Amino acid sequence: MIQIKNLHKSYKMGSSSLHVLKGINFEVEEGELVAIMGSSGSGKSTLLNILGMLDGADEGEYILDEVPIKNLNETKAAKYRNKFLGFVFQSFNLINYKSALENVALPLYYQGIQRKERQSLALDYLERVGLKDWATHLPSELSGGQKQRVAIARAMASRPKVLLADEPTGALDTKTSYEVMDLIQKINDEGKTILVVTHEPDIAQMCKRVVQLKDGIIIKDEKVDQVLASENVQ
Amino acid sequence: MFNKDRWREIFETIGKNKLRTFLSGFTVALGIFIFIILFGLGNGLKNTFQEFFLDDASNAIYIFPGKTSLPYKGFKANRRIDFENEDLEDIKLNFPMFTEHVTPRITRSALTRYKSQSNSYTTRAVAPGYQFIEKTILMKGRYINQTDLKSKTKHAVIGRLVAKDLFKTEDPRGKYIDIGSTVFKVIGVFQDDGGDNEERFIYIPFTTRQLIEKSNDKVGEIIVTFPKELGHPGAMAFESSLKKYFKDKKSIDPSDPNGIFFRNQTDNLKQTQQFAVVLQLIVSFVGLGTLIAGIIGISNIMVFVVKERTKELGIRKALGATPRSVIEMILQESVFITTLSGYFGLFSGIVVLKNVGLRLEDYFIKNPFIDFGTAFSATIVLIIFGAIAGYIPAKRASRIKPIVALRDE
Repeated sequence: MIQIKNLHKSYKMGSSSLHVLKGINFEVEEGELVAIMGSSGSGKSTLLNILGMLDGADEGEYILDEVPIKNLNETKAAKYRNKFLGFVFQSFNLINYKSALENVALPLYYQGIQRKERQSLALDYLERVGLKDWATHLPSELSGGQKQRVAIARAMASRPKVLLADEPTGALDTKTSYEVMDLIQKINDEGKTILVVTHEPDIAQMCKRVVQLKDGIIIKDEKVDQVLASENVQ
Repeated sequence: MFNKDRWREIFETIGKNKLRTFLSGFTVALGIFIFIILFGLGNGLKNTFQEFFLDDASNAIYIFPGKTSLPYKGFKANRRIDFENEDLEDIKLNFPMFTEHVTPRITRSALTRYKSQSNSYTTRAVAPGYQFIEKTILMKGRYINQTDLKSKTKHAVIGRLVAKDLFKTEDPRGKYIDIGSTVFKVIGVFQDDGGDNEERFIYIPFTTRQLIEKSNDKVGEIIVTFPKELGHPGAMAFESSLKKYFKDKKSIDPSDPNGIFFRNQTDNLKQTQQFAVVLQLIVSFVGLGTLIAGIIGISNIMVFVVKERTKELGIRKALGATPRSVIEMILQESVFITTLSGYFGLFSGIVVLKNVGLRLEDYFIKNPFIDFGTAFSATIVLIIFGAIAGYIPAKRASRIKPIVALRDE
């Protein structure tokens, strides 16, 4: 599903430049649930941004679902994002003046789907994250866990090939974190490829594979025995 | 451009961000409103001014006879100068290119009577061209014509107030009035913007006046109008050649300051025109200033709006919004709001002008108005600049990478 070869990225900081990614090589198969771990400054978020086409690489190859991703202009990147990727952010990033349903329907709007169909699809996804009854509520009326579930429903609504989650549990307490991970595991069980950036080992243990990043290179990449989040939710 | 879904999206955004919508709409509406009010009041001031100063034709030279103060060519000083019929013809013959109308004016005061009503009025004996000099407006009947001159008819054209005094509600046309013991038939009633005094005159053919005064050929004063195209320098040159011609003809010392007098309306015209230009400049400046203030206002609001929406735009981009769709969304929204509120300001301004317009005459503002074309183009200008003002920050926002937009928190 994802192939990355010799990926480099550096940021210019005034006169000096900061080399963040120093040659990353890895592959992700369809249906995998991968945790990308590392301390802050290890380059994990940068890697995710490049995978999410929110940022471009300086050097290297990136192939997503057999489509080489390179020389993207903004318009093309936007289309690929809409078609291939779903995002879940640490700070949820819901649009605060839109209801839960409208937030979930937004990527479908950019796919050009008609309003009626959009609404019924969005409602389906809200039901799958258990928030059908909250469809008309604004984000400000939802709890953190509910917000993140709306964000996951929104990421899923565009039927992406890959779901990218940047610290999805970073702003949540442990119990809510496990509920969100339970949801992510269920989505993965249905066959969706998911990448989760996290610095919490317990969250990483709930994935099927853990990639350790340090100073811009992969130092460890191993399959783990998945801990089921549902078992930890009391 | 018409996309039902996009409009729905825009209406939702507008409806759910009422303060923002109100702020940008209010700026535009207020800008246009003030523009229209100020421009209208300025026009009203101009109207008052024109009424005050431009009542009589400004392209006229008045020639008054006087008494010489210097002896010349064997004539004694203190000799009385008179104009005769022949002088009228000579002006036409000698200055055909410079004259439009040449008319005498013999002014007499006489008791005027109709049935039991009587009053003293000033009678002016003139030629038909005089109507253009006073800008007399006929309400009923006709003015004196060439036939009247030729046949020396006893016809009179009376002012509105003369008719009101003598005839009350009766129609004066065809009635006979007694002016200084001569009976005249009323052939017309006129009004004049110059005020009440102007409407208390009676006009009769000058040939008739001459007939009454023992068939002399004295014409009193002479008034000459010239084509407006002459302009100020042309009029001044015309005046000095007329002066030279008459001093020569009437044997007056060229250095004699009395003898004959000239009053050239073109001097007035020049001053009034300069004043009108200054007024117009002030009005335009005020209008332009308001418009620029409005443009700056809407630009500020647009920068603020886009700044406020940076994060939202970042989210939209992460979800697959293309830069183009981001720009289009912001522009369509801002143009929609500015158009709607612009026209709201436009019409409320016009309504207010219409309503207060009549009450402002005491303050030297008459009939304030703004022609629809100016108001319409001002609104269009504001909409266009609102769009440009929105486009620049929208373009920048569309270029921001989603991660940058999403980072702040």
